Amino acid sequence: MTQPNAFSHYPDASGLFGEYGGRFVAETLMPNVLALEKAYAKWKDDPAFVKELEDFARDFVGRPSPLYFAERLTEEFGGAQIWFKRDELNHTGAHKINNCLGQVLLARLMGKTRIIAETGAGQHGVATATVAARFGIPCEVYMGATDVERQKPNVFRMKLLGAKVHAVTSGRGTLKDAMNEALRDWVTNPDDTFYVIGTVAGPHPYPAMVRDFQSVIGREARAQMLERIGRLPDAAVACIGGGSNAMGLFYPFLEDESVRLIGVEAAGKGVDTPDHAASLNGGKPGILHGNRTYLLQDEDGQIVEGHSISAGLDYPGIGPEHAFLHDAGRAEYRHATDAEALDMFQLCSKLEGIIPALEPAHALARVRDLAKELGKDGVILMNMCGRGDKDVFSVAQALGVEL
Amino acid sequence: MTRLSDTFARLASEGKAGFVAYVMAGDPDAATTLEVMHGLVEAGADVIELGAPFTDPMADGPPIQRAALRALDSGMTLKGVLQLIAEFRKTNAATPVVIMGYANPFHAFGYQAFVDAAAAAGADGVICVDLPPEEDAPFREPMERAGLSLIRLATPTTDDDRLPQVVKNTSGFVYYVSTTGVTGAGIGQTAVVSGAVDRVRKASGLPVAVGFGVKTTERAAEIAKVADAVVVGSAIVDALAEGGVAGAVKLAKELASATHNAR
Repeated sequence: MTQPNAFSHYPDASGLFGEYGGRFVAETLMPNVLALEKAYAKWKDDPAFVKELEDFARDFVGRPSPLYFAERLTEEFGGAQIWFKRDELNHTGAHKINNCLGQVLLARLMGKTRIIAETGAGQHGVATATVAARFGIPCEVYMGATDVERQKPNVFRMKLLGAKVHAVTSGRGTLKDAMNEALRDWVTNPDDTFYVIGTVAGPHPYPAMVRDFQSVIGREARAQMLERIGRLPDAAVACIGGGSNAMGLFYPFLEDESVRLIGVEAAGKGVDTPDHAASLNGGKPGILHGNRTYLLQDEDGQIVEGHSISAGLDYPGIGPEHAFLHDAGRAEYRHATDAEALDMFQLCSKLEGIIPALEPAHALARVRDLAKELGKDGVILMNMCGRGDKDVFSVAQALGVEL
Repeated sequence: MTRLSDTFARLASEGKAGFVAYVMAGDPDAATTLEVMHGLVEAGADVIELGAPFTDPMADGPPIQRAALRALDSGMTLKGVLQLIAEFRKTNAATPVVIMGYANPFHAFGYQAFVDAAAAAGADGVICVDLPPEEDAPFREPMERAGLSLIRLATPTTDDDRLPQVVKNTSGFVYYVSTTGVTGAGIGQTAVVSGAVDRVRKASGLPVAVGFGVKTTERAAEIAKVADAVVVGSAIVDALAEGGVAGAVKLAKELASATHNAR
């Protein structure tokens, strides 16, 4: 049964999802953040903007992405039907570009002449550099020095696309430090620069704006499910680092109360060990990078590094809307370990001919349990948010294979 | 009257700008910080700004980032910052101490619990970099009830529309960030700073301290001509790292003298 609820009406005017979200930034950035909020509100429903976004999403990104029945995995897991939303087929190989396209088009309308971004594994950096190249806007990407070393192909891709890549050595040289460095750049260049944040976090309006740009995933998938099997899925499942692909999948289903929404966090070596990146399952509410949300932190409020085999998931926070949906009980948040993700990475490759990114391989681990839980009459929709080409080296290493 | 208002009233009556000296608590350890705090006062600091280390100091430049990491490595916590202030108060009842930090450690402590502990320790105020006026009520209100100041930051991007909101409910003084950039980045043109200080002073009715990028005695003297106080952080932090307590105190003495004798 579908009942109307109010979950899709957030955030409120202060950028709050219940008690999460907000605008926790230095005063230098407040006018910028407020100007962005105003510009986004002005343009987001403007017919010319919407059309431009749709045209580029179709011709440049390759949308709509297909909905695919994963028949052999369905058979293997022996329960519910498993359907993949194929966002890994997008240009640049992941869902990230949906958001970059929206933000860069907005940056042009705002007259910004310089784009900056942070990146972890490099997927968001590559997507941002790609769109910036298409529109001829100079782009600089901040990336932790450790990740620059680990993700050399993506660093080279960004350079090919004309972006300048800064290896961030401040702090511990990871994704969160890259985000700090991007914020420092923005504080220093508030007038001409647009900061393209890659996930549903940061100060308002980023969590709502990134969600809106990513919601194309859920909108398409919802319509495709109705068209293909004449009903909505019983569960929509996605992996979660910051949570942009999950929020994009979940949002159009928020008011379909028959659809369970399940996010899968990275449990690393296990949520009962110090080496995980499960902010909801193993963190507590705090303030970082512009928003109030669940964070991995110690007793003193110092931020703790996340760990995951997937560089796209090892962020110590999570988007505030997920924090809200978690507390409200509208979405469920589970987790999967490095080892489970590695298993699913191989299984999906062998059975479906799809090499998934390590991120959605986490989601697949919980799809396996859920398939049994729901039984043969059940239907599961999973967002295949990225392809695994970028991960073959780290997977080979983890499996002890020399290339 | 508070230690902060007494201090600014004294400075005004003497016709001098104040010298606000920053040091990171726990850099490189608590005992050194206590020694530096007393040393800075002897060198002429009118207000001590005590940095509370945070893992993700996104408004700070490299010198204070490094200081925060050293402090965290030494085991410094927000509780430790308050212990330092309590120790300092044993022999100094007059010099205001303002804690500068980021929201999450205060949030993790619990705003009310922190305010109670800070008042008991003898702290005078807090500058919280990532709590803009839109978000600071849950922290500001307990601070006000305890008679402590939540000091706001105004910046070159704070325009006339926004300024009244930024200075509303602030107390102690207003911290004017002289440049768009991180701490230690380099200071704006004196003429521009002067106009901004007037604007902020008029809107707030409070003294205006100027910081983020004052490194030399020449710049301190120039800013002291137009502002109610000059804040120096990164340069002292670097002097401490390179020359120990003696190095930091020597620099502070020169900066204090330049500030106090500028007019």
